[in-house]
Amino acid sequence: MATQEVHHVALTLTDHLPILEVLVPFVAAPLVVVLGSRRLAWPIAFAASAISFVIACLLLLQVLDGSYISYHIGGWAPPLGIEYRVDAANAFVLFLVSGISTLILPYARASFEAEIPRRSTTLLYALYLLCLTGLLGVVITGDAFNVFVFLEISSLSTYVLIAQGLHRDKRALTAAYNYLIMGTIGATFFVIGIGFLYMATGTLNMADLADRIAVQSDSRTIRAAFAFIVVGVGLKVAIYPLHLWLPNAYTFAPSAITAFLAGTATKVAIYVLLRFMFSVFQPEFIAQVPTLEVIILPFALLAMFGASLTAIFQRDLKRMLAYSSIAQIGYMLLGIAFFSQAGLMATMIQLFNHGITKAALFMGVGAFVLRAGGSFYHHLYGLGKSMPWTSAAMVIAGISLIGVPGTAGFISKWLLVQAALDAGWWPIAILIVASSLLAVIYVWRMIEALYLTETSAELPARQAPLSMVVPLWIMALACIYFGFDSDLTLSASRTAAEGLLAGSMGME
Amino acid sequence: MDSGTLDFIVGHLNYWLFILLMMTGLYIVVAKGNLVKKIVGLNIFQTSVFMLYISIGKVTGGTAPIFPLDMKVDPDVVYSNPLPHVLILTAIVVGIATTSLGLALIIRIREEYHTIEEDQIAEVENAVLKSEQWASEQAAGEHS
Repeated sequence: MATQEVHHVALTLTDHLPILEVLVPFVAAPLVVVLGSRRLAWPIAFAASAISFVIACLLLLQVLDGSYISYHIGGWAPPLGIEYRVDAANAFVLFLVSGISTLILPYARASFEAEIPRRSTTLLYALYLLCLTGLLGVVITGDAFNVFVFLEISSLSTYVLIAQGLHRDKRALTAAYNYLIMGTIGATFFVIGIGFLYMATGTLNMADLADRIAVQSDSRTIRAAFAFIVVGVGLKVAIYPLHLWLPNAYTFAPSAITAFLAGTATKVAIYVLLRFMFSVFQPEFIAQVPTLEVIILPFALLAMFGASLTAIFQRDLKRMLAYSSIAQIGYMLLGIAFFSQAGLMATMIQLFNHGITKAALFMGVGAFVLRAGGSFYHHLYGLGKSMPWTSAAMVIAGISLIGVPGTAGFISKWLLVQAALDAGWWPIAILIVASSLLAVIYVWRMIEALYLTETSAELPARQAPLSMVVPLWIMALACIYFGFDSDLTLSASRTAAEGLLAGSMGME
Repeated sequence: MDSGTLDFIVGHLNYWLFILLMMTGLYIVVAKGNLVKKIVGLNIFQTSVFMLYISIGKVTGGTAPIFPLDMKVDPDVVYSNPLPHVLILTAIVVGIATTSLGLALIIRIREEYHTIEEDQIAEVENAVLKSEQWASEQAAGEHS
C-alpha cells in the first residue's frame, strides 16, 4: 500500500490534550448513564467539565503566541486522517465554552432539583455532557465533516434538554420541536455545502480545503457550497431572519440549560461561520464581499434594532433576554461585515464578553424563577429588597449588556465602534451607539421592576441558595474583571483575528 | 434539442432527482401543518442529501472498492470512491436519531395538547399567552 510506514512515537499526556478535551466529557456521559446513580451523576459531570476547562486553559496558553497545535487522530496524518487543530481562535472559544459549563454545573444542581423531576436528573446530566462534547468538538476539529457530526451531537442533546422545560411549561415541547425542524434543516444545508466542497476538491480537511479552493479557479460548485454553508450555519447562529426558533427555545428551556445555551451554543455557531468564511474560503474568495455587504451587514443592523425593539416590549424577563441575544448576535455579525482585522477582533471579543454576560443574566433569571415563581416583570416586583445578592448581580450583568465603561460589554462595543470608524463607516458607528440606548431601556425595565416597585406578595421571596448565588456572582464579577483587565481577552482575540484573516491555514 | 443538452440532462439524472427530492421535502416541511407530516418531509429532505453524496462517489466505469483476497491490485481496474458512502452512513444514523427524537416529541406534544395539528396547537398557546398578558396587566395595574 502507498501509505508510508510510521514509526510509533510515544506521546506524553500533554501531546494528547486536544483529544482529551473532547474525550473526557464524551466518556463521562455514558458513565453517568451506566452507573445510574443519582448521587454520582453530578460529581462526574462536574469533574469532566472542570477537566475540560483546565485542558482548554493549557491549550490557550500554548497557542496565544499565534502558533497552532495539530493533533492527528489515531496517528493518521492529515489530509487523509482526521485532524484536530487548535489555534488562538478556537482555543479562545474552547476556554469560553468549558468555562461557562463548569460554572453552570454547580448552579444547575439546585435549579434542576426545583424544575425537573428527580428521576430524570441523572439522564439530564448525561445529555448535558453530550451537549458539551458536541460544542467542544465542533470548535476543536479541523475536519469539515467532523464539524457536522459534532454539530448534530450537540443539537440533538440540546433539543432534549430544551424539552425538559415541559415540567414548568408545556410550550417547551413545541419550542424543542420547532428548533428540531429548523436545526435539522440548517445542519442538512451545511452537509450539502460540505458535499459540494468535497465534489470540487476531493478533501475534507479544512486546511487542505483552504489550499485547494485558493488554487482552483472559482467555480459554481464552490459558490453553491459557500451559500449552503453560510445559510446552514446562519440558522444555528440565529442570524436575524433565521432566528425564529430562539425566543421560545430560550424562554421555555430549564433555567440552567438556557444559561448554558445562551452562553455557548450560538457563540460556537458564530465561530464555525468565521472559520468557514475566512479560513476555508479565503478572504479573497469572490463571493465574500457581496455576501458581507448585501446579506450580513443589513441583517446585522436589522437584528440590532428589530430585536432590541421587540425586547423592550416583552413582559417576561427571560424572553426579553432571548430577544436581546438576537440583537447582540447582530453586533458580532457587524464585526464580521467590516471585513477588517479590527472588525474580526471586535467579533471575537464580543463573542466572549456577551457569552459571560448573558450566562450571568440567565442564571439570575433562574434564581428568580426558583424563589418568585416566574420571570414575568410582575414576579420581580420588590425582589431588590428580598433577594439583594441576586438582584445586584443582575444589575452588574445588565450594565455590561448595555456596555457601560468598566464592564466587559464596554470593551467589545468600543472596539466595534473603532472598527466602524476605521472602515470609514461613521453612520454605522452612530447606529451602534443608538442601539445601545435601546439596551438601556430594556435593562432599565428590569431594574425598575426589581428596585422601584413594591411587592404585592404577603411573603417576601427568600434568598436563592448559595450554590446558585456564588456561581452567579463569579460570572458577574467576570463581567467587571474583563472590563478592567482586558489583556487576556484582547491578546487572544487579536491573535485569533490575525490568524483568521491570514486566510490559508497552510499545510506544510 | 441537440444531443449535448440531452446528454447533460440524462448524464446528471441523479442530481436532478436530488434537487427534486430536496425541494419536495423542504416544501412538505414548510407547507404542512401536521407535525408527523413535517417529520416525513424532513426525512425526504435528508434522504435527498444521501443521494447527492452517493452520486459523488460513483466513478464512471468503476467497480466496488474491495481489495482482492491476494492483495494484488490491478492498476487498470477503476474503483468507485468509498469515502462519500462512509460519510453518508454517519448522516443516515444522524437522520434516524433526528426522526426518532422528533416522533418522541410529537407523542409528548399529543399528550399535552391533545392534537398534532400546528394551527390547533397555536390556538392553545395563544390562549395561554392571553391569560399571561392579562395576569401581568392586572399586576401592573395594582402598582400604577
